[in-house]
Amino acid sequence: MEMLEPMLAAHPFLQGLDSRHLKIVAECASKVNFNAGEFLLREQEEAGRFYLINAGQVAVEIFRARGGPVAILTLGEGEALGWLWFDKPYHWHFDARAVHLTRALALDVKALMQRCEQDHELGYALMKRYAHLLAVQFRVMMLQLVDFYGK
Amino acid sequence: MAPAFANVGDEVVLELQGLRELLEVLGSRGYSVMGPTLRHGSLVYDHLTSIDALPRGWGDEQKGGYFRLRPLPEPRLFGYGVGQQSWKQFLYPPRRRLWQARKEENGLHVLPAHEEAIKFAFFGVHPCDLQAIAVQDQVFLAGSYIDPHYQARREQAFILAVNCAHACGTGFCASMGTGPKAASGFDLALTEILEGEQHYFVAAVGTDQGRQVIAQVPHRKAESAEQEAAARTVAQAAREMGRTLDAIDIKALLYRNYENPQWDRVAARCLTCGNCALVCPTCFCHTVEDSSDLTGEQAERWRRWDVCYTVDYSYLHGGSVRATPRSRYRQWLTHKLATWIDQFGVSGCVGCGRCITWCPVAIDLTEEVRAIRESELFAAAAAKE
Amino acid sequence: MLNSLADPMLPTPFRVLKVNRETGDTFTLTLEPPKGAPPFAFAPGQFNMLYVFGVGEIPISISGDADKPETLVHTVRAVGAVSRAVCGLKKGEALGVRGPFGVPWPVAAAPGWDVLVIAGGLGLAPVRPAVYHLLARRPQYGNLELIYGARTPEDLVFRRELERWRGRFDFRVHVTVDTAKGDWRGSVGVVPNLISRTRFDPAQTMALICGPGVMMRFTVQELLNRGVKMENIYVSMERNMKCGLGLCGHCQLGPVFVCKDGPVFSYDRVRDWFLMREV
Repeated sequence: MEMLEPMLAAHPFLQGLDSRHLKIVAECASKVNFNAGEFLLREQEEAGRFYLINAGQVAVEIFRARGGPVAILTLGEGEALGWLWFDKPYHWHFDARAVHLTRALALDVKALMQRCEQDHELGYALMKRYAHLLAVQFRVMMLQLVDFYGK
Repeated sequence: MAPAFANVGDEVVLELQGLRELLEVLGSRGYSVMGPTLRHGSLVYDHLTSIDALPRGWGDEQKGGYFRLRPLPEPRLFGYGVGQQSWKQFLYPPRRRLWQARKEENGLHVLPAHEEAIKFAFFGVHPCDLQAIAVQDQVFLAGSYIDPHYQARREQAFILAVNCAHACGTGFCASMGTGPKAASGFDLALTEILEGEQHYFVAAVGTDQGRQVIAQVPHRKAESAEQEAAARTVAQAAREMGRTLDAIDIKALLYRNYENPQWDRVAARCLTCGNCALVCPTCFCHTVEDSSDLTGEQAERWRRWDVCYTVDYSYLHGGSVRATPRSRYRQWLTHKLATWIDQFGVSGCVGCGRCITWCPVAIDLTEEVRAIRESELFAAAAAKE
Repeated sequence: MLNSLADPMLPTPFRVLKVNRETGDTFTLTLEPPKGAPPFAFAPGQFNMLYVFGVGEIPISISGDADKPETLVHTVRAVGAVSRAVCGLKKGEALGVRGPFGVPWPVAAAPGWDVLVIAGGLGLAPVRPAVYHLLARRPQYGNLELIYGARTPEDLVFRRELERWRGRFDFRVHVTVDTAKGDWRGSVGVVPNLISRTRFDPAQTMALICGPGVMMRFTVQELLNRGVKMENIYVSMERNMKCGLGLCGHCQLGPVFVCKDGPVFSYDRVRDWFLMREV
């Protein structure tokens, strides 16, 4: 478990988090690996884990009955994938599949959010980072909607 | 034969007979003399065979969206302002074939259109139009590419300017510094004097060409009384001028007002018909038309005048850049009064007033500029409170 | 610039040597000058007016190698009557050429700089001659990177060339698409987002950007956010053109004529006009 704190501290999502909070997050974290082609998460499943990707590439996909899966975003080293929720769990509305061998740190969302309830300073520190992540993702999605290359 | 003592820079006096002979001399020197005349009740610029073809005794009444010829109480030869035509139709014709091409065995053969450059004499150019020619010289002769066809006609053109005795209804040349007196760019510049029984012309000699032509007709040196009469005439025209355009810092004014609500107001009126651009003596936009004959063996390319008011004008695959009338009116006005200055070092507007006269809904660009200026003063005053 | 044509409004007939299909609607034509005519010299970023007999004329950037002027290469997308006719030409047929026109990419000023080339969709074509130029003189520059994006993998142009470039050790190539299905194993996401993956020193970087207007706008913003200076960012603008000589008025963008003051502009020169709508 102690090995995880430096890895967590090195990930851009948690950059600047103080050591006390880092320790708490580490208690909710585990190292995970996904071989190329393996799913990190699937549509309709509970969004129980929040992933901090350290290496490799993950494709966020939506499956269509005619045409198969369509990748709408890829994430790699230094990026994050997941929802942080409070009372009721969110569910995934897309799949995420490892394109290459992927190593990540998985945070147990339920446990982490319980700790945030108990320690509001930790909660605020995480929410600040999460809000920024959502804003960036939102902007990317908007630009994709615009369809740069349209006629 | 009168003694030939006039020098460049001198002022001489011509009687009516002298003017008559002057036109004939131009003809005999091979010029195609073009000047104001009446055709089917319209004031046009067309071929003049003698000064009898000038609209003697005619004047005009112009205001926004309105033009009428009116008989004058006196037999002036040049008692009118400008009509919808300008001299650009001769130097920069509305339609011109550029080349023809023939299809050959897996190839094409291109034949440029050749044309003898016509030697024009412009007889009766108002000072605003004189400046317009100078402005088009900047466009067609001073850039990285020149128009050789314009150059050939321009180099040979003889210009006889006429100073204005009365302010025309819609002009504002005094504001633009282009009139009512011709300053330079002419071979000869006349001021018509009608006082009592006297009817003569004070002629300023602008170039050696002008001097040579004047030398062939009866003339005498102008006396100070006659020069004063000329000065009085022109001053009278300047005093009468009803319109002004405050051109101080106009480029900066328009550059910072691209989102001014005034554009929405004028867009509600503007039909984007393009009349203003067609009658404007400095507008130079044109397009090319490629066509082939029915057999598909011969093709041609023509150049013709174009206006920035059409939706097509700014078309790029996917749509037009200037899709709304608001943006197209704004383009015309800001080009004419602002970006033109960055492009060519002079204003595109010469204050002739044609765009006001020939606009079907009487849009007046002096009013539009005034409205924009006032909106800034208003905003500044409101901010102080 | 060199212009081998006597009257710039007269097209010179070039002969089609080869037509390659790049994507569903995009083709690359390789042309040769008429017999006896000199090779067609041009600078990267310039364009020609291409004329199809009896149909019409359109401005198209030159997409070939300026160091190999024996042939003239253009990449064209069939979106209108004239471009469709250009793409429909067969080997041996004639195509009228007027040019070269326009201000080129500032590759001559690039030695000593890091160069970041960012292209979207068909925008890779006008900037490809600049890439060729830089690669041929590679030791003169610092970091050299390319970011290229298209709507889907099927819309990527010059795919084989991209793979060849990717194989070099002195040129980093990032390719992304907006969406992908099947076996695409590259990035998915918009071009501005890939800028975070590049390694450049903003103070020493010159950026060459070419693509749809929207893409250029957001890409420029991202670069400015990262400290690249406006005067070191170059964009290639597009406008309706009828003459290519700065005389017909159609290509105006505020005070500049895109055909003769551009199409390549440093961003600081056109910034105000770039951000304005409908000018």
